[in-house]
Amino acid sequence: MSTSADLGKDLLGLEELTTAQIQLLLDVSEPFKEISLRSIKKVPTLRGATVVNLFFEASTRTRLSFEFAEKRLSADAVNVASSGSSVSKGETLVDTARNLEAMKIDMVVVRHGSSGAARFLAQRIESNVINAGDGMHEHPTQGLLDLLTLRDHFKRLAGLRVCICGDVLHSRVARSNIWGLRKMGAEVALCGPRSLLPNAVEEMGVTVFRRIEEAIEWADALNILRLQLERMQGGYIPSLREYNRVFGVTRDKLERAPRDVLIMHPGPMNRGVEIDSDVADGPHSVILDQVTNGVAVRMAVLYLLAGGNPALAEAAKG
Amino acid sequence: MAPTRTIALDARAVARTLRRMADEVVELFDGTDDLIVVGIQRRGVQLADRLVEMIAEREGVRLKRGALDITLYRDDLQTVGPRPVVGKTDLPWSIDRQRVVIVDDVLYTGRTIRAALDELADFGRPSRIALAVLVDRGGRELPIHADIVGRTMDVPAGARVDVLVGDLDGEDSVVLVPPVDA
Repeated sequence: MSTSADLGKDLLGLEELTTAQIQLLLDVSEPFKEISLRSIKKVPTLRGATVVNLFFEASTRTRLSFEFAEKRLSADAVNVASSGSSVSKGETLVDTARNLEAMKIDMVVVRHGSSGAARFLAQRIESNVINAGDGMHEHPTQGLLDLLTLRDHFKRLAGLRVCICGDVLHSRVARSNIWGLRKMGAEVALCGPRSLLPNAVEEMGVTVFRRIEEAIEWADALNILRLQLERMQGGYIPSLREYNRVFGVTRDKLERAPRDVLIMHPGPMNRGVEIDSDVADGPHSVILDQVTNGVAVRMAVLYLLAGGNPALAEAAKG
Repeated sequence: MAPTRTIALDARAVARTLRRMADEVVELFDGTDDLIVVGIQRRGVQLADRLVEMIAEREGVRLKRGALDITLYRDDLQTVGPRPVVGKTDLPWSIDRQRVVIVDDVLYTGRTIRAALDELADFGRPSRIALAVLVDRGGRELPIHADIVGRTMDVPAGARVDVLVGDLDGEDSVVLVPPVDA
């Protein structure tokens, strides 16, 4: 049995993937869930492969999730953080990566503050590159785990109504979600203050709601984004309390919805700002399922990209 | 040009063979106590279902049926590309001190069974593991043999033995497909 939708060398974003490739990634994620339920949570698939997690930005969940995925596939995982490495001495991204390659590595998982950093790296090194978030561009594995969580719950993606709420402007999660959901046939809406929505966002084929109440009335699921306070040099919103009152997802607002609305959040949450605690911990929240699925999705990505014979993989594309 | 396919076993022959194998499983384990039937994805799982059914008819005991997908344990993953599809592994019970019979459709190089034994070891330590296959076609590359064999066939390298099962393929049969160049 072989797959017809080969992924190629890198995973940089969902924008450039086909529907078949996204379908493959979701389907392959499915059997990987079971491995994390075993008492010995490990398969020998990537034995001997070295994966470097190269994180130029703070991350707990994503880095840990990748690390669990790598270890459960028996790869050797090494973490490089920008603080405490030569990066803080001014070494460039490519020099860092080339030095790692000189030590014979196989894959790089990279997170970087600049949009396009993962692609820049992928074009310059031999190793497989997985984008773990680049600036305000994409965060493809988060997009995939959101798709998987939605599919788990609704048993379909086509026709599903998903509203991405909040700070879309700064959000790579939002971009990966929009591309992924649109390709899989879901309807996508955005809801947030005008100052936190990108310009010309309607061109991505999404609906825009000005009021969270309208979004709640329309949606099957809300993906509530974190207000990225660290990326804001002021002036985007009047105050956190004001933001919570107008755009925060609260139990009050949800109770007026015509149907149960699934609640998602990529984390870390600002409780009491974009989401209230009783919503985050409520019966329709799948926020922790997202985290569980993240490990399975990342195992699938590593499995599909790692090793293999590039010449054969290339021929198979033809 | 499609090579000429010959039917080695038709549906009735497959049913007869499986019935005998079901009896042999019970005989080999001297009963059905602590016995788990584990099929290898995909056709092995269907055959395991049949064996469980037949054993239930004869013995009045419905055995647990597990499934193993050995893809992640293959020894050629570094050389095959693109990636093979991974199926579901489903073994929700402890297999410690249990008796396990692995069921597969065709035994050839033995590499699948090697992988299955490694995977089972990650789930626990059965007191005994046996192997039952519908077809043993020879051509072993590892020191592995089956305890229960439906049919032994001498099939040249390059030729294929396809086991078709009702649930997936419409009708049970074993089909010989000669090498493409023949």
